[in-house]
Amino acid sequence: MLENPKLVEQIVDRYSRDEGMLISMMQDIQAECGYLPADGLRCLSKRLQVPLSRVYAIATFYSSFRLAPGGAHEVTLCMGTVCYLKGAPDILEAVCKEFRVEPGGTTSDRLFSLQPVNCVGACALAPVMVVDGKYYDGVTPASAIEVLSDLPPAEESTEVIAKEDVA
Amino acid sequence: MTPPALAKLASPVDLEALAQQFRGDSRKASKCVRVCIGTGCTAKGSRKIYELFCEAAEQCDADVNIEAKCVGCHGFCERGPVVVVEPGEIFYQQVEEPDVAEIFRETVLGGRIVERLLYEDPATGKKAREAADIPFYSAQQRVVLSGNGRIDPTQITDYIADGGYSALAKALSSMTPEDVISQVELAGLRGRGGGGFPTARKWQSCREAKGSAKYVICNGDEGDPGAFMDRSIMEGNPHSVIEGMLIGAYAIGSRQGYIYVRNEYPLAVEHLKAAISQASDMGLLGKNILGSSFSFDIKINRGGGAFVCGESTALMASLEGRPGEPRAKYVHTVESGFRGKPTNLNNVETWANVPQIINRGGEWFAGIGTEKSKGTKVFSLVGNVVNTGLVEVPMGITLRRIIEEIGGGVPDGKRFKAVQTGGPSGGCIPAEHLDVRVDFDELTKLGSMMGSGGMIVMDEDTCMVRVAQYFTEFLQKESCGKCTPCREGLAQMLHILNGITKGDGEVGDIEEVGTLAQLLEGTALCALGKTAANPILSTIRYFREEYDAHILDRHCPAKECRGLFHYEIDREACKACGICLKNCPADAIAGEKKVPHIIYQGKCTLCGTCWDKCPFSAVIKV
Repeated sequence: MLENPKLVEQIVDRYSRDEGMLISMMQDIQAECGYLPADGLRCLSKRLQVPLSRVYAIATFYSSFRLAPGGAHEVTLCMGTVCYLKGAPDILEAVCKEFRVEPGGTTSDRLFSLQPVNCVGACALAPVMVVDGKYYDGVTPASAIEVLSDLPPAEESTEVIAKEDVA
Repeated sequence: MTPPALAKLASPVDLEALAQQFRGDSRKASKCVRVCIGTGCTAKGSRKIYELFCEAAEQCDADVNIEAKCVGCHGFCERGPVVVVEPGEIFYQQVEEPDVAEIFRETVLGGRIVERLLYEDPATGKKAREAADIPFYSAQQRVVLSGNGRIDPTQITDYIADGGYSALAKALSSMTPEDVISQVELAGLRGRGGGGFPTARKWQSCREAKGSAKYVICNGDEGDPGAFMDRSIMEGNPHSVIEGMLIGAYAIGSRQGYIYVRNEYPLAVEHLKAAISQASDMGLLGKNILGSSFSFDIKINRGGGAFVCGESTALMASLEGRPGEPRAKYVHTVESGFRGKPTNLNNVETWANVPQIINRGGEWFAGIGTEKSKGTKVFSLVGNVVNTGLVEVPMGITLRRIIEEIGGGVPDGKRFKAVQTGGPSGGCIPAEHLDVRVDFDELTKLGSMMGSGGMIVMDEDTCMVRVAQYFTEFLQKESCGKCTPCREGLAQMLHILNGITKGDGEVGDIEEVGTLAQLLEGTALCALGKTAANPILSTIRYFREEYDAHILDRHCPAKECRGLFHYEIDREACKACGICLKNCPADAIAGEKKVPHIIYQGKCTLCGTCWDKCPFSAVIKV
């Protein structure tokens, strides 16, 4: 992984320093680092001459941004209408209880981050859980816990994931 | 998947020649296997199936030209992965990896049908060979989705061979911008994103607006939960959206376009990016398109996961690199929108309709639909319905036909209760209105709306108070907080609904919600707030007795709201296996071998574990 200032510079150049692309730049930083590091945001604000308050406003307004490192795995649980009707709240409750994690938070062993989202648009598969980009359909509280329990621990997988993100 | 290097097209004649050549090329492949790679089928392993077909085609030494092709969503997501074999259009569903060899040997090489993979009509037991024989498809009319399931969304050549970009060529070579607008007007096309505003009028206003720099935007921030029409169009036929935008930009006089796509749709972003790059390589985007004086480029922006960004002014704020907060629209965006310039924003499906209107004429389009709602509409038919998926129907079809004929009705012998349309701004329509004709105005009259096309079917086990609570909670979380009525009003409405579903409802709650709803409609800044009370108002309008049961009797008739029903064990069904007893965390179940168990209501915490675990469905909700 690149040092944050260098990375930010590269990303800013990628969008020809266009401040209208601020959100895209921040998405790229998050894709590289897994979250938005504070020094990266400071650097971005300086490079673009955009107040840090605005960068922070964006980072906190949009739900896909994260200001602290996430877990080794990215778990998205769909809370769309159909998933909701078919029991997504029970799945969320069961996962939170089993792994002692808050919605939007990361497990204490950094195994995974749990993000409930509005709808992944795969309603025919409801209830849906997405783990590192792989969609699981017809999920139940038990099957969700089973899938998540089988995730490889943080140490082994961090490197692989970082590589995939860069590619 | 690298496309062959293609020269830039310098004129409409070049394009037609190339299309002819591609059509010739595709005819060379005498057999073709089309594998769906929409999000639904991909989730069920269709990528691997596609790869296996590719391998099989490569290794095959038979003297025929066989092509395996990945295509966009067929719509029948319930039965994925879907594989279609040409010739014969043989439609296989729920195909798994081990089936590939058999399909290849029997159907592709042998021309025989693998019966067990055909769709079987649950009502008649009849097997369907082609999509057209399946009731799910036969009542549909596919215009926008016509390319989905047939063309490879990752190859511009496939789109061109199918007549793609010929509408653009026609517009550039033989129509003035005014001609284009008048065809769209003749067609009667109205915005598919939910508002239903006449597209031609929007284009005309933007064209007439003062200023040289003008923008066109494609709103792909499909935020309504339970809706995936736009995702499937962007994934399955991205060039149709790009071509629509090109034609619109030509009519309006714009040189720069943006597509704003939801962050949750990675495959749509991937396909759109590839499509834009291929179109640029061929000179269909960029300077002097097809040798004309018209130049146009498109950029893609990914959303940040904020529902309010589906609102046009919030979306533009987001495109400018700011938090997505809407503004009051005293001045319309067609006059001062993105960067303060005239901006025309349309939804994905609206754009995708445009090439067809130009090619086949506004009159043809106006021939489909009702008096004030023309053309077709794509719906995502989901929830408690047998055939879940994406359907495209002519405007004016009844809700009953969509749900019963195409959707196959409610599964498991349950009774239909309501259909929710229009997303969080829409409402629930009960059984007595199922014969209403679906168009913009009729649905609004019923207290719901067309919206972008989510259609969520609910059965008798759905608690309508909880549905209202769900949407209110959704909107309360997604309210940007800029205006007080929305920020505070929604929180207050949710507070009241939470109370009702917990059994703490009071007489007068419904009236108070009604007052808040009126306030929101009159004073909120944007459509999110103005329509936020629709889910509550429509459920009160049609299901008042459910609210009353919650409030007056402390009982949830659908037995969904925890605390407003209790669990009992059916003595007849109980096999005294002891599973519930062992799993009960509150020691509230008693019983011994061969004696039906009982639940001590005083000890029961209503956690539902026994209900989940009982293998004989002997635990019942009362």
